[in-house]
Amino acid sequence: MSVVQRPKEAYLNVFAYRMAPKEEFFTRGHRACQGCGPALGLRHIMKAAGRDTIVVNATGCMEIISSPFPYTSWAVPWIHVAFENAAAVASGIDAAIKALQRKGRIPKKKTNILVIAGDGGTADIGLQALSGMLARGHNVTYLCYDNEAYMNTGVQGSSATPFGASTTTTPAGRVSFGAGYWKKNVAAIAAAHDIPYVATACPSYPLDLIRKVRRSFELEGPAYIHLFAVCPTGWGTPPELTVRMGRLAVETGIFPLYEVENGRYKLTVDFPQGLRPVEDYLKNQRRFRHLTPEIIQQIQERITAEYERLKMMEKVTQE
Amino acid sequence: MAKRTGIEVSIAIAEAARQANVDVVSAYPITPQTHIVEHLAQLVADGDLDAEYITVESEHTAMSACVGASAAGARVFTSTSSQGLALMNEIVYLASSLRTPVIMALANRALSGPISIWNDHSDVMNERDTGWICIFANNGQEAYDLTLMAFRIGEDRRVMLPVMVNFDGFILTHVIEPIHIFEDQEIADFIPPYEPLCVLDTDNPITVGPVGVPDVYTEAKKQQEMAIRESRPVIEEVFEEFARRYGRRYRPVETYRADDAEIVLLAQGSVIEAAEVAVDHLRDQGKKVGTVELRLWRPFPFDDLREVLCSTSIKQVVVLDRCISFGGPPGPVLSEVRSALYLEKDKPMVVGVVAGLGGRDISLEEYVEMFEIGEECLRTGKDPGEEPELVKIVGLRE
Repeated sequence: MSVVQRPKEAYLNVFAYRMAPKEEFFTRGHRACQGCGPALGLRHIMKAAGRDTIVVNATGCMEIISSPFPYTSWAVPWIHVAFENAAAVASGIDAAIKALQRKGRIPKKKTNILVIAGDGGTADIGLQALSGMLARGHNVTYLCYDNEAYMNTGVQGSSATPFGASTTTTPAGRVSFGAGYWKKNVAAIAAAHDIPYVATACPSYPLDLIRKVRRSFELEGPAYIHLFAVCPTGWGTPPELTVRMGRLAVETGIFPLYEVENGRYKLTVDFPQGLRPVEDYLKNQRRFRHLTPEIIQQIQERITAEYERLKMMEKVTQE
Repeated sequence: MAKRTGIEVSIAIAEAARQANVDVVSAYPITPQTHIVEHLAQLVADGDLDAEYITVESEHTAMSACVGASAAGARVFTSTSSQGLALMNEIVYLASSLRTPVIMALANRALSGPISIWNDHSDVMNERDTGWICIFANNGQEAYDLTLMAFRIGEDRRVMLPVMVNFDGFILTHVIEPIHIFEDQEIADFIPPYEPLCVLDTDNPITVGPVGVPDVYTEAKKQQEMAIRESRPVIEEVFEEFARRYGRRYRPVETYRADDAEIVLLAQGSVIEAAEVAVDHLRDQGKKVGTVELRLWRPFPFDDLREVLCSTSIKQVVVLDRCISFGGPPGPVLSEVRSALYLEKDKPMVVGVVAGLGGRDISLEEYVEMFEIGEECLRTGKDPGEEPELVKIVGLRE
């Protein structure tokens, strides 16, 4: 792997992380793989969400690794019901808290409701429940940790799997180059609900992530955060390079970091000196190693176009 | 004092939920349950019920939101039918295993296909092993009374289980009946505010719904089985208190003219009242017939049923199933009744018929035919079908 030239502000970011809250609400002892991106992200997310948070976890990696009875990694109230319904369960909790506070049955205080679900539980099987929750305007932050396939069941393709990736159900073969479809843009779908806050984030940018989680709870109403979460096991990347892979995804523009607050787009990490070629990101991953230069070119063209569109959205909506 | 009011049964059920002062209603429209949730939505809109009404986008979400709201400490109510319940199915299991006392009014309707909005019991029978307490009402008054009692039963600290109150779609839901509606204060005394046992509370964090590894799953299921079995005395306590307060007595197994009967028709739901008319008709002809109603379906009232059917004058039971167990014993009620009597020495013969599928009316002549099937069994000592497990459908056009 080539040495990554970090922009200056990245060092600043790492230094400032020391000022993040010390308390842990997603605690040690869980059973995630080495170098797990979602688990790393979750630690930051819970620091940002804080003590007064109820977590609703969809079935998936983060649920399995954190709650093998009688153990739990959760220092906040946590509930898991099923795979596709985390947004629905959160809707019920939101309604219950509103009704019980209004009726004087429980004390009035601000309680954050946070959904944690994977890309399968969000982009595929849970999309309807997510849309329903966003449309009804519940006071819930829905965080999708996107490791780009069904990792918990053994790396099957989801609609968030990127174009060209080889998974166990979209395998590269003699006549196939892996996933033949483009990644579903769930953040855009969430933004189409005209909710107060949508953001993308990545554990490799912890302060950006923490700020976005906090912002999602500050604003009244539903929020959606799409977390890019490196999966060394499923992607075939070295576990010690998880943070670097996340940075490469952002620096190449394949996963841009932005937020949409009340309809206004803003790139929160931008590269005025230009994006790195996507090949820098693709080349160190087992899931992409079969890709031909032609397909990589196709991916590059799409990324460039999408990044341009995002910049245009920023320009148009910030005016 | 209760007022006797001409009221649509659906509205009476919704009024029961209002009187129980539910905190969250989460429901999706489906025929024939819709009037119940429409009325609840109107009560919330008019400020007559202080609750959150969640306009969910599916029944799967309806049940999921009920489980979430209940886990957060709310008293919750939902209502559905048929396909809606089938879509909920996955989460119906979760409601009982997470011990969230969700109360559901189930307007029984046939399952597709072909699509049918009309009444039978295929929807509830699909859910019989979900771990819910399951009760049948056979008229509007019972539907109202049992909905009220469901809150007391399900939310009892010794129970903490969801309860499904069954009543036949259209036949009951859309009928205006004279129903004794209690004063709000009477119900406030009968149903105190819900005191949840475990709740999602940031001051006292708990983990709900963890992974059941092989080392604990079996024990978790055993606890669930114990919980529903141990709900039996609580159910009878609540029936007893209701009788004491309001004078109407409910029993897990109800009978009509069965004391000296030789042949009884055993069924659930509104067909029982129609069958009673047939019983009176046959009694006038000197035939010793009666009905048995399996009001409590889960937990199954083994003792009560044996007491009614064994070592009595009853020699022949005709079980009326409102649903087919395809390729199996003709119907679920038949197989469970037979199984409950298996070890008894002095027991009646049991034959099964299926009728009233997808809204097909059962005529007086057809009830008489069912008793005649019982007579034939009693006379010949065997099932009149060519083979014992043949599905015998009464009212089938052939």
